[in-house]
Amino acid sequence: MDTILSIRNIVKVYPNGVVANKGISFDIEKNTIHALVGENGAGKTTLMKILFGIETPQEGEIIYKGKKVHFKSPLDAIKNGIGMVHQHLMLAPDLTVAENLTLGIEPRKWKIFLDTDKMNEIAKRVSKEFGLEVPFDKRVKDLPIGVRQRVEILKALLRNVELLILDEPTAVLTPQESDMLFKTLKDLKKHGKTIIFISHKLKEVKQIADRVTVIRDGKVIATKDASELTEHQIAELMVGREIKSERIAPSPKVGEPLLEVENLDYINEENIPVLKSVSFKVRSGEILGVAGVEGNGQTELVEILTGLRRLTSGKVIINGKDMAGKTPREIRENGVSHIPEDRMKNGVAEAATIKENLIVDRYYKKPFSKGILLDWKYITNYGKKLIKDFNVLATSPDALVSSLSGGNIQKVVVARELSSNPSVIVADQPIRGIDVGSEELVHRLLKEARDKGSAVFLVSADLDEVLELSTRIIVLYNGEIVARFDDVGGLTGKDLGPYMLGVKREE
Amino acid sequence: MNPLLKSIFSANFVFATLRVTTPILFAAIGVAITALSGSINIALEGIMLIAAFVGVIVSAFTGSLWLALIFGVLAAVGLAALLGYFHLNLKADIIIAAIALNMFASGITVFLTYIFAHDKGTTSSLKSLVFPSYQIPILKDIPVLGKMFSGLNVLTYFALICVVIFYYLIYKTPLGLRIRAVGQNPDAAESVGVDVKKVKMYSLLLSGFFGAFGGLYLSMGYVSWFSRDMTAGRGFIAIAAASIGGNLPIGTFFGSLLFGVVNTLAIFLATLKVPSELIQMIPYITTVLVLAIYAIQKSAKSRGEE
Repeated sequence: MDTILSIRNIVKVYPNGVVANKGISFDIEKNTIHALVGENGAGKTTLMKILFGIETPQEGEIIYKGKKVHFKSPLDAIKNGIGMVHQHLMLAPDLTVAENLTLGIEPRKWKIFLDTDKMNEIAKRVSKEFGLEVPFDKRVKDLPIGVRQRVEILKALLRNVELLILDEPTAVLTPQESDMLFKTLKDLKKHGKTIIFISHKLKEVKQIADRVTVIRDGKVIATKDASELTEHQIAELMVGREIKSERIAPSPKVGEPLLEVENLDYINEENIPVLKSVSFKVRSGEILGVAGVEGNGQTELVEILTGLRRLTSGKVIINGKDMAGKTPREIRENGVSHIPEDRMKNGVAEAATIKENLIVDRYYKKPFSKGILLDWKYITNYGKKLIKDFNVLATSPDALVSSLSGGNIQKVVVARELSSNPSVIVADQPIRGIDVGSEELVHRLLKEARDKGSAVFLVSADLDEVLELSTRIIVLYNGEIVARFDDVGGLTGKDLGPYMLGVKREE
Repeated sequence: MNPLLKSIFSANFVFATLRVTTPILFAAIGVAITALSGSINIALEGIMLIAAFVGVIVSAFTGSLWLALIFGVLAAVGLAALLGYFHLNLKADIIIAAIALNMFASGITVFLTYIFAHDKGTTSSLKSLVFPSYQIPILKDIPVLGKMFSGLNVLTYFALICVVIFYYLIYKTPLGLRIRAVGQNPDAAESVGVDVKKVKMYSLLLSGFFGAFGGLYLSMGYVSWFSRDMTAGRGFIAIAAASIGGNLPIGTFFGSLLFGVVNTLAIFLATLKVPSELIQMIPYITTVLVLAIYAIQKSAKSRGEE
């Protein structure tokens, strides 16, 4: 077989110091479906962005059809025959399918007018050639998402793409739509196209891929024929890392449930069920860890618990009161604190000072405010105290949050959230992107809160973290709880992996 | 019948409404075309003002209606280009840049009025040409209809033609397709090689073109002189008119017509013994009311879709 694309020793370091690709090399054979698998943050997307001309690597080279290439823009890549179907489709919703397909290469009549007949003809021709049916005259926004994706694929085919990259294409599809897509991809292969299929759903990978490359932590772990590997083996390659730290001692006393979720359902704007009758309890003095590959409903669950998103049905009982559909302030007033997944978006106001960030959830209460005015003298002293207690490396409470490092910003968030004596703590990726020192501090503080009787709900993409801290663990896959572990003693990442990847589920 | 009602239900009222609608319609087309490309253009006020002023001055000094037209359009398109440069090249906020240009237009026209006409208020001391009115053959001899639709200013007819031009431009040309694509999903347009910045610039220039005629009509059709800030908020009313019409050609026309009717009503009501200040409020209050109703309906609709 011919090699159509060679990726050689790609290294990508982002300006913020994150090393996304640590010397990635593998080959893609012409006329195959090549799956690229790995956990979120493993570096798949970065690699594809490099390939498609969106990012530039620091080191390494890409050899496409025997020539060394360096694409400056996606357009450059398309012109050379590489197309990409993004997760967020690149279509204009109010335009028709034919208009979307021919945008930028519109056929003309008398130079200045659109030749609508020809537009439809072109659309019909390409859709017939590849056997992909689409309604040409319908507006894209009136089509189901699976059909829109087909339009996107046709758009690439129309531009004579030979190598098509699909970035987690099934994430937004129903199972039936996924099956249609797989049929399409197999047909494309028959037409001589090469496909790179990014996914972390192993069943799909086994179903359609000829070859598989597993990426973990910015490095290629293996490139093999799909037939040589079982789903279990791929899962092991993806998550198989050693448990490096000691498990913390369980809490001395476990009390009443403080957070109870009953039959929670959530259907998102695109009508996709994201959470399906999720039920669990977190008791005083315990940490409930949620394991799962990102994008299986964790973000939505956390946002529902903290009032940032409205659930479709079900109950969220916090301290005995049903808080479903209440505002974030009402929920906080009921003793909930929230360490958000994205600290820059939901955790802090970057352009404000540390002390201002420390009081945003309580500024209206005494003693922070006296009548209608804030008591700045008190607030300054309060800021100084929290900076000291939570070991934030900052010159003064008046320093801007934007001047701090990631770890110290996270400490500001944690300081605010844990200093309110919460009865329920919702911690989403509490140590993401922070240094080891800060990591230890955050973990110690969560444990202390637990010992003081808080109920902690911990979501993390980092299995080690979940295993290290949790009293009990639930596994979330595709919006459902597929496994519950009440006894975490002796549990390893390898035990959880098959559940996280949907290979196994508890009856 | 009540004399007021009688005058409202007359051929005269229709005739007057078309006159009053003309500048709003030109400006609304300008607003709509930029809105379709995804930008909000609140500079039509300044664009019209510049064209109104330049038209009067050029016609007074050259005696040529064509030159007045050409320079009026050039000045307006120039101002729109400046807005595009600030917004697209220098990355200024388009609202802020447009406010600055509106104020600039207001100030410079007063300053130059004083230079040329030695008066800070109007150019009435200069002899400006006006765009002629046109009697439509056959139609003019039909009773009632003739009185309604014949003998209007040529620019009024041109405004109606512009609705058709706008329609063809948006739906039947590659540029129109690109403008709509850029407005709906700039990333999608960019990914297939459409130059988003260029398309946005073109739509701004087109808004300058259409807006120019609104300005020329005010100073060289409606009246025959320029007076300070004579656009009197029409550039803003146009935003309301276009948005009621969903920024689409036919809708924009009816939106503008609605404001034309209300304004004309205010003029006709002025014959009553009601304080004129109250009556002059009507068009502006209508703008607020219409926008409020429009917003409520829109949010009710989007809630229904959830």
